[in-house]
Amino acid sequence: MSMRFIRPGLLTTVQDRGRFGLQHLGVVPCGAMDPVALELANGLVGNRADEALLEITVLGPEIAFESDVLVALCGAEMEAKAGGANKDARLDGARLPLNRPVLLEKGAVLSTGRATLGSRAYLAVAGGIALPPVLASRSTYLPAKFGGLQGRALRAGDRLPLLENVSALSLSRYRNLNGKKDMHGLRTVSWSAPALTLPAREPIVIHAMEGRHHAHFDAAARRAFFDATWRVTPDSNRMGFRLAGPVLAREEAVEILSEPTCLGTVQVPANGLPIALMADHQTTGGYPKIAEIAAADVPRLAQLAPGGRVQFARCTLEQAGELRRVLRQRMDAALRSLAWDYRT
Amino acid sequence: MYAEFGDKLDLETNQSLQALAAALRARALPWIRDVVPALCGIAVHFDPYHPQLPAPLLERFEAMLQEVFKSASKFEDSGRVVEVPVCYDSEFALDLEDVSSLTKVAKQDVQKLHAKSKHSVLMVGFSPGQPYIGGLDAKLSVPRRAAPRTQMPAGSVAIANAQTCVYPYETPGGWSIIGRTPLRVFDPAREPASLFAPGDRVHFFAITRTEYEKLK
Repeated sequence: MSMRFIRPGLLTTVQDRGRFGLQHLGVVPCGAMDPVALELANGLVGNRADEALLEITVLGPEIAFESDVLVALCGAEMEAKAGGANKDARLDGARLPLNRPVLLEKGAVLSTGRATLGSRAYLAVAGGIALPPVLASRSTYLPAKFGGLQGRALRAGDRLPLLENVSALSLSRYRNLNGKKDMHGLRTVSWSAPALTLPAREPIVIHAMEGRHHAHFDAAARRAFFDATWRVTPDSNRMGFRLAGPVLAREEAVEILSEPTCLGTVQVPANGLPIALMADHQTTGGYPKIAEIAAADVPRLAQLAPGGRVQFARCTLEQAGELRRVLRQRMDAALRSLAWDYRT
Repeated sequence: MYAEFGDKLDLETNQSLQALAAALRARALPWIRDVVPALCGIAVHFDPYHPQLPAPLLERFEAMLQEVFKSASKFEDSGRVVEVPVCYDSEFALDLEDVSSLTKVAKQDVQKLHAKSKHSVLMVGFSPGQPYIGGLDAKLSVPRRAAPRTQMPAGSVAIANAQTCVYPYETPGGWSIIGRTPLRVFDPAREPASLFAPGDRVHFFAITRTEYEKLK
């Protein structure tokens, strides 16, 4: 069983929670840019949180399914339509409701368009994507070209394998759902999971702690980092978000020996424009670190599209921990309220 | 979390923290995802939602680090020696001329000094499998190149800042290339995937162009 790509979208990759335990060998975890949406999407189709799914960036793919399949689309709000096997039905496909499990029939075509809010959507399929793991993860690591499907973004004509029994699994999981409901001819439910990471309005506010080299910057730069409104530039990617705003100057340009970096590290290269390190970042680097973004806020930053605006609010380590606990509670509440019947 | 043990590159400190990292990893604590020994410090990446995550985290972590540091009283290297064949022919040694004129070391002596140095892996980072190898003979000390190359051929053996690097992938880089190895530095399908690990000793030895082709 498989899913076939008619259109690949702008940048569609296979991701899971990531590849851990290899950073001392230069392999960063990578994984979903918005792990909150990944977890909710997997939960909605009855998968474990670490199952592989599709990360869809800004402009979505068109996919044909060769079996009945239970899917959920979470994260960015995105135009999405699902139609039947024949072409006519596809043309006037029904709108696919987001953040819910939807049972698509064998031969259905899912056609997604441009993200209207947020920038990364996650499409989970019951049972996950049946690619072999590479170094214990199915995440696509684009910079080194491994993981996912041949270490690359999906192309038109690609087929991604699904479980052999995906049809039976999808039907049985759908049967066990509470609140089943038909919507525009699609089999779904009357409830939905919350979107926890979408930008309400811009500039979004992201919490960040002072970085190890914060004091290396001059007074104007230290102020500007937390005062300015930054814009995500178009050359941002899964490795890092480049931010345009005031140039951040250092008191003196001390050479820094390469040292480990972390998801959410904000480093400032010689040109004075900060880069927020994202899922595919290099494991070590020698640029000064002006800030570290609170872990709980990284998924919200990941949802900002190029051109999106962000402000940084200073926080302490304790506050960052509290933000993390609150986010986890909201996720756990959302996952609990997914009205699943877990009978197998 | 990052624990720094100095702000200057020092082989002895680096060896101690390699041993510390190994001891920390050997504990296999479920909330620790990654232990990354770097040039002068150790980063520990943790699962922020793990139920066994100690609290208060920083204090408990520091105490644990002290304890591991004491118990790992004897810092021995990993015992692993990585043999790396290098073809130092001018075809591959793109910056040999520059290195030779900067260091006043004759071209044919550059490879001899490089192969004779006692190398060890200080850190693996930047890209998968990319080693930062210390121990280079001080006579071969050169700074980074003023204008970085946009593409360093994969397998390039390059020097800068008293270190050697072997480039796993074709990436931009600012180090001076003195040779090329036919070995694959990182291969996710191989076990182990990475040719180099932090703390390994490294033995570079010269091979001919023909041997290079055979090993490739």
